[in-house]
Amino acid sequence: MLTPFKKLWGLVYRIWSSANRPAKHLSIGFLTIGGFVAGVMFWGGFNTALEYTNTEEFCVSCHEMGDNVFVELKPTIHYSNRSGVRATCPDCHVPHNWTDKISRKMQASKEVWGKLFGTINTREKFQAERRRLAGHEWDRLKANNSLECRNCHSTESMDITAQSTRAAEAHQTFLFTGEKTCIDCHKGIAHELPDMTGVEGWK
Amino acid sequence: MRRFLVHLTTALGLIAFTNVALSDGTATLRQGEPISVEAEAPKMTKVENNDVKRVRNYPEQPPTIPHKTRSYEISLNANKCMSCHARTRTGESQAPMVSITHYMDRDNQVLATISPRRYFCNQCHVTQVEAAPLVENEFVDVEELLKGE
Repeated sequence: MLTPFKKLWGLVYRIWSSANRPAKHLSIGFLTIGGFVAGVMFWGGFNTALEYTNTEEFCVSCHEMGDNVFVELKPTIHYSNRSGVRATCPDCHVPHNWTDKISRKMQASKEVWGKLFGTINTREKFQAERRRLAGHEWDRLKANNSLECRNCHSTESMDITAQSTRAAEAHQTFLFTGEKTCIDCHKGIAHELPDMTGVEGWK
Repeated sequence: MRRFLVHLTTALGLIAFTNVALSDGTATLRQGEPISVEAEAPKMTKVENNDVKRVRNYPEQPPTIPHKTRSYEISLNANKCMSCHARTRTGESQAPMVSITHYMDRDNQVLATISPRRYFCNQCHVTQVEAAPLVENEFVDVEELLKGE
């Protein structure tokens, strides 16, 4: 006579033994097709979740982003302009290349930590950390030669005759020669700046 | 009774004066549009962006800005203008240096960086647009004035 406990134990034992040596208990066809389907579902789910975290809607769902950097973005050219083409958060802040994207996403787990412990949960705290946080982004863009800028703004397609004299000269002198990269001159293009004391090129 | 008449005359006089002021179009930007109706706003004009200096109307006039300054931050944290117009930045930017007076405090003591009282550039320096003046400008350049005499 089986007690309920023994029944349960029997079930657990059978699941474990088939998981331990599946080929002994399940057909090879089932394992192949089932494995394939499970793989598709897992990868699809993973990718969907990853892509969801790559949307502006997701970013501004935290008030830290919505009340600080997002409202600052709104009056700038990257949000409001004549043609209506605009950049969303991940366009500039998440690399497009898969491996780089994954490594950035792994770094972002630190940001979850910050969220949980309220590192920047007030405007004052955010302003206090702003120089450090902006510095991370400047360093990243400096290291990858402003790749996220160049995903949209290519030097090949840049018609300097359509630019103001000032801009055309600056781009010819510093950008096309590779002497400087976008972020060297265009800090604060989309958000307010931190205290720029000691930052190169700022007085 | 006499006092009442004085008040009445004053009131009527005021009304008459306001009417004159309103009718010549200088006292209101509504241009005769009734207060209950929303007047059509004039078109926004583009900011001059030709990098060409405008002549100053008198020597002390703060020069106008011949380029766009959209989103140029001037705050406690940063001064975007100075990232080109500061003395040490003009080599790279080829922009005109801010005047020497901007490096002096109010006792004419020379400072290393821009004086705090000169920090907010757009208090005096402004961008220009091609817009019809709202009121007629009767300013006469001193050179013209001298010729006229």
